[in-house]
Amino acid sequence: MTTLDTNRLGLAGRLADVTLSLQPAQVTAICGPNGAGKSTLLSCLAGLLIPDAGTVTLEGQPLAAMKPAQRAKALGYLPQTPEVAWDLSVETLVSLGRLPWRGAPAVEAQAAIDEAIAAMDLEQFRHRPVSRLSGGERARALMARVLATRPRWLLADEPLANLDLAHAGALVRRFHGQAAQGRGVVLVLHDLATAMNHADRAVVLSEGRVVADGAPESALSSDVIARVWKTPARWLGEPGARALSLR
Amino acid sequence: MNRRLVLALIAALALAVPLSLLAGRVWIHPLATASATTTAILFELRLPRAVLALVLGSGLGAAGAAMQGFLRNPLADPGLFGIAPGAALGAVLSFWFGYSAAPYLLPVFSLAGAGGAMALLALIAGRDGGVALFTLAGLMIASLAGALMSLAISLAPTPFAMSEIVTWLMGALADRSWRDVWIAAPLTLAGIGVLALAGRSLDALTLGEAAARSLGVDPRRLQALMIAGIGLTVGAGVAVAGIIGFVGLMVPHLVRPFTDRRPSSLILPSALAGALLLLVADCLCRVLPLAGGELRLGIALSLIGAPFFLHLLLKMRKGLA
Repeated sequence: MTTLDTNRLGLAGRLADVTLSLQPAQVTAICGPNGAGKSTLLSCLAGLLIPDAGTVTLEGQPLAAMKPAQRAKALGYLPQTPEVAWDLSVETLVSLGRLPWRGAPAVEAQAAIDEAIAAMDLEQFRHRPVSRLSGGERARALMARVLATRPRWLLADEPLANLDLAHAGALVRRFHGQAAQGRGVVLVLHDLATAMNHADRAVVLSEGRVVADGAPESALSSDVIARVWKTPARWLGEPGARALSLR
Repeated sequence: MNRRLVLALIAALALAVPLSLLAGRVWIHPLATASATTTAILFELRLPRAVLALVLGSGLGAAGAAMQGFLRNPLADPGLFGIAPGAALGAVLSFWFGYSAAPYLLPVFSLAGAGGAMALLALIAGRDGGVALFTLAGLMIASLAGALMSLAISLAPTPFAMSEIVTWLMGALADRSWRDVWIAAPLTLAGIGVLALAGRSLDALTLGEAAARSLGVDPRRLQALMIAGIGLTVGAGVAVAGIIGFVGLMVPHLVRPFTDRRPSSLILPSALAGALLLLVADCLCRVLPLAGGELRLGIALSLIGAPFFLHLLLKMRKGLA
């Protein structure tokens, strides 16, 4: 059992009866209007919020029963508004991803850091202070920090927010690359076209409940959008290259 | 880079310590034949004072580095937690009750004050380990301890007690003995050890509280380490020397550009640089010709520290810090 599961998850006023079985080697998008509970669900999946009801289990083991370091090695989490308090170099920032692996050989740690830097195409910025990176470079460096942990699951909250088209596209391709390596990728996305075109599965939340779940073509259909977002919408184009018209 | 910095600081200390022993009201020639007086000055007055400066400076430097890492703020100072005012309140009460003349009672009262502030902080800060609530609790404790100190001063039983309290609060290393070293050294070293244990968690906190927790940081453990580490270093310092501010604010700033800027790699160099700063500052206080006695160390550091703080604020306003 390699899934990340929630069983009747509930959290006062924010989540109700959320039961999901998230699969590895897939990009799953969590969508929903503002206040639907997307970030709350992701925080529960990362073990950062303890639900009032229900459980989150990772590969059959309840998250609540796992040691923080054990959980941190398995679940890489990128918060919605990532911050970097000190002006670290990219390499030092990425090396923070190795913190859960206390006592691991230095060679292994360096290999993971180098791999993460290469995966996010940051080699030329390795020694550059974070303050001197562009928004896109910074987002990649923060993602590389998550990858350096070599977690089995990547949980990212709005990872494409504030990125221009080219950087967002590059990051989406890298998420797919991670899924191809067998990692579970769970993204909170507000951009429905990105979810439609690039996710393998979409979970739609409304008022803390799952209202649609499945392949994006069905879970994000015009009907679902009209019902959940309460706005008329129409998908244009072909599957895999959709655009959303709100007229 | 860190190793070179640490070695440079150790070399500077190796140079500064012997020089500080020679400097003072009575200058001692390094090649002069030792007399009973010079031996007494060296071993009974200057050496304990120098060791105390090293001990307290290292504690304050390490506490400042950890504190700035914990609050993710370059303007944070160990005094923010209210532990220094708590310790000072304990000392003030020992003066008030007339216990300060008895050996060990002043530091015991002061450490009890620091312990009380630490316990109150742990109690108020709550179970979620949030930094904001923790800081506000510290500020509240600092205000309360400050108000109680003012009350004690205004109701001092004798003018002599009042003058003793006010002078003591200014912070100094003059007339300290080996006894003070034996009180402060083990507590400070233990405190620095505890803060070093928090290093990895402080590094993770660079990425914010949520990311730090996702990296396996237990916020309550970190909070407990911070309370114990800051309590031991700052409490021990106040217990033997009164309030000496700004070391914990200035030192991490001066050291940070020479490190990789992770909080954990700042703790040891800040301890060494704090020791150096306090040793040099105390030495200067001793040799400055001042009518009416010696410049108090606490005042001297505030005179340097306040403009330094202002400079930092202006730099931050320009977005350069």
